[in-house]
Amino acid sequence: MQIQPAMPRSWRPETKPHKFCPGCGHGIVLKALGEAIDELEIQDRVVFGCDIGCSLLSWDFFNVDTVQTHHGRTTPVMVGMKRANPELIVVAYMGDGGGYAIGTQHLVNAATRNDRITVILVNNTQYGMTGGQMAPTTLPGQKTETTPFGRDPELTGYPIQGPEMVASITRDGAYVARGTVARPRQLKEFIKRALQNQMAGRGFSFVEALSTCPTNWRTNAEDTWKFIEKEMTRYFKVGEVKVPPELARGKGEREDG
Amino acid sequence: MARPVKILLAGEGGQGVQAVAEIIAEAAYEKGREALYIPNFGIEQRGGVSLAFVQVGDEPIGPPRFETADLAIALSDRAVVRSRPYVGPETTFIYDSSIGTNHLPQGVARLVAVPAIEVSKKELHPRVFNVMILGAVIGLTGVITVEEAKEAIERRLGHRFEKDPALRELNHRAVERGVELVKGKL
Amino acid sequence: MPTKPKPVEGEKKVFMTGNEVVAWAAAAAGAECMYGYPITPQNEIMHYWTRLAPKFGLIFLQTEDELSAGFTMLGGVLAGRKSFTATAGPGNTLMQEPLSMAEMMRLPAVVVIQQRGGPSTGQVVYSQQEVTLTSLGGNGEGLRVVYSTSSHQDLYDYTIKAFNTAWRYRFPTFLLGDGYQGKMREPVVMYDPEVRGVELVPAEPYVGRPGTPGVDRPPAHLRNAYSIEEELYEAVMELVREYEKVAPEIVEHEAFGVDGARVVAVAHGVVFRAVKGVVRELRQQGVPVGYFRPITLRPFPADALRRVAATGVRLLVVESAYGQLARLVKEALSGLPAEVHGLYKPGVLVGQGEIATRIKTLVQGG
Repeated sequence: MQIQPAMPRSWRPETKPHKFCPGCGHGIVLKALGEAIDELEIQDRVVFGCDIGCSLLSWDFFNVDTVQTHHGRTTPVMVGMKRANPELIVVAYMGDGGGYAIGTQHLVNAATRNDRITVILVNNTQYGMTGGQMAPTTLPGQKTETTPFGRDPELTGYPIQGPEMVASITRDGAYVARGTVARPRQLKEFIKRALQNQMAGRGFSFVEALSTCPTNWRTNAEDTWKFIEKEMTRYFKVGEVKVPPELARGKGEREDG
Repeated sequence: MARPVKILLAGEGGQGVQAVAEIIAEAAYEKGREALYIPNFGIEQRGGVSLAFVQVGDEPIGPPRFETADLAIALSDRAVVRSRPYVGPETTFIYDSSIGTNHLPQGVARLVAVPAIEVSKKELHPRVFNVMILGAVIGLTGVITVEEAKEAIERRLGHRFEKDPALRELNHRAVERGVELVKGKL
Repeated sequence: MPTKPKPVEGEKKVFMTGNEVVAWAAAAAGAECMYGYPITPQNEIMHYWTRLAPKFGLIFLQTEDELSAGFTMLGGVLAGRKSFTATAGPGNTLMQEPLSMAEMMRLPAVVVIQQRGGPSTGQVVYSQQEVTLTSLGGNGEGLRVVYSTSSHQDLYDYTIKAFNTAWRYRFPTFLLGDGYQGKMREPVVMYDPEVRGVELVPAEPYVGRPGTPGVDRPPAHLRNAYSIEEELYEAVMELVREYEKVAPEIVEHEAFGVDGARVVAVAHGVVFRAVKGVVRELRQQGVPVGYFRPITLRPFPADALRRVAATGVRLLVVESAYGQLARLVKEALSGLPAEVHGLYKPGVLVGQGEIATRIKTLVQGG
């Protein structure tokens, strides 16, 4: 008998080990999603949509029907799918470039329309797949390939406050939270509640997940965790930002980092 | 090959030339003839000159826009100018008598002034000005009969006539008066 | 489940705008979802669809842009519903991105293009300048079907056919009209496809089929990104082989008077209406002239046109663009010593007088 690390039932064992870089946070986010799918017993109803960027590497990650789309376009694909078949539980999975840059109009309008979809957006402060360029989430002073001397807020602004923006443009039924791969159990709860909110047909559900990218950050393990836990949380507050009253009775209170 | 009758209507927005064009085309279609109607709809459609191209014939109509109208009707100065590219030696050109004659096209088959604006104001009501124009087109081309025009008007406005039968009467008189206005002009 | 009422019962002749015809035809073809973004001259397709929607249980969403219209449409397709959109000009430019995904993933979809003038915002009225974009757009090989309509009857017939072609062969299918066709009114016979013996190809869901993925059935893992060159090469070549295999079943054209002709006019869309009238009249006068109308611009009726050109006729391509149809013609005739002349009027309908003059000059050897 072979001993394997605990794997969510909804993961596809044939495609593991996965293709993400060592130390990448995507695996943790996808584990949280897999566990949430297992606990809610919705593997047969979920459709997972993944964007371009590192998130595309998850196209065969789950034993769940999956569609890999174009950069920024996962939100509209899942919106169109959900409206065509509301029985499906749809998840749009994307990075900060896909959600906050090239696909912002889709995110903003889906949120405004209160589309009954769940968006999970992985924020690792830069474009991973294309080699570490500045993203809307890059921290002031952070060095990337397109800000080699550090991001200058005078020239390129401050990190986008995604969940706060989504919270401000959605109606009461929306669920909005920011989790982090540094707290996997909390992240799983947020994702689970985002899925439950969609299942209840209440409204748009959005979880930003702070995540790690040691490859492009050029950090060792210690500095990686220091960056996500100390640096990123200076700009990105972890916790639930908007919770429909019906969901608020559960746990998941805001835990500012 | 039998050519269709080609009619161009041109007027200011609000003068109702599109409604006239639609009534002619629809009435012709209802009586089993071939008909095609297309408005101009460029960016200037909001508040400029309104052009309507109508063709009625006995065989399927060719291209939706024609080069030369058999009958062109212009209801304002600007409409005269906009109509000019579509008139030729065969064209009968109708214009309202209130329009100055400076821009009128030369070398057309006939130039006919019709006092439609004045008559509609004095004898009927300004709102049926375009229905008089409809009558003028009928009088000049015979593409549809007065009765068919009345039926087409009934299809469009019947629900309003139910509440206000005098309005029906006004419209009928406007068609007839329009026909009279052009009698003997050809 | 109670059966939904049919949008079109039996057969009836009506007089309406082309955009309205498209909305009715799409409903008659079994389309269930329209996702769209406003742009002139196609807006009325959405206007009529939204009015039909409550009566026939149809879905509509006005999206934030054409990218979203195209991608939501593909979401609807993946969920198993016949979905379509309509656009024009700059919207067609954006629409190439989602349609490129459809091409790569072999997804059916129907897009109605009501061409307007270009480049850029151009004009909102009429043109034939979206031939290249619609036939060959996107970062791929143009593996799509493009039907060019020239009358309201075409709009009705080929909208129904477009849905069947798309869902039968799973290549994105375009209906290429123009602003004149969209806005003009002329008679058309609408019919329930069944009455004419036209069987509607059913739509199947790509995701959310019965059973738990990985337990009762393999998961649907649909992608358009490949890791290495050879992997993509294999995928593209498979698509090309499939496309080339079915192309002869799809390709359509109509021709008249080509036998013994000295000049054959080639035209599509609304311009074809002008050409048809001129050619038929000249033929009656004894002028040796014919016409050739490609109905599918992709796949192009190359074999049929080559047979015409092989007789040594002179071809005159007439179009409201600067040689976009001519480019398809020249490619189709590659290697033949055929003379291809052009009468190009980008964004303007070509006049019948002009066409007649040009044909006569060419017949006389000028």
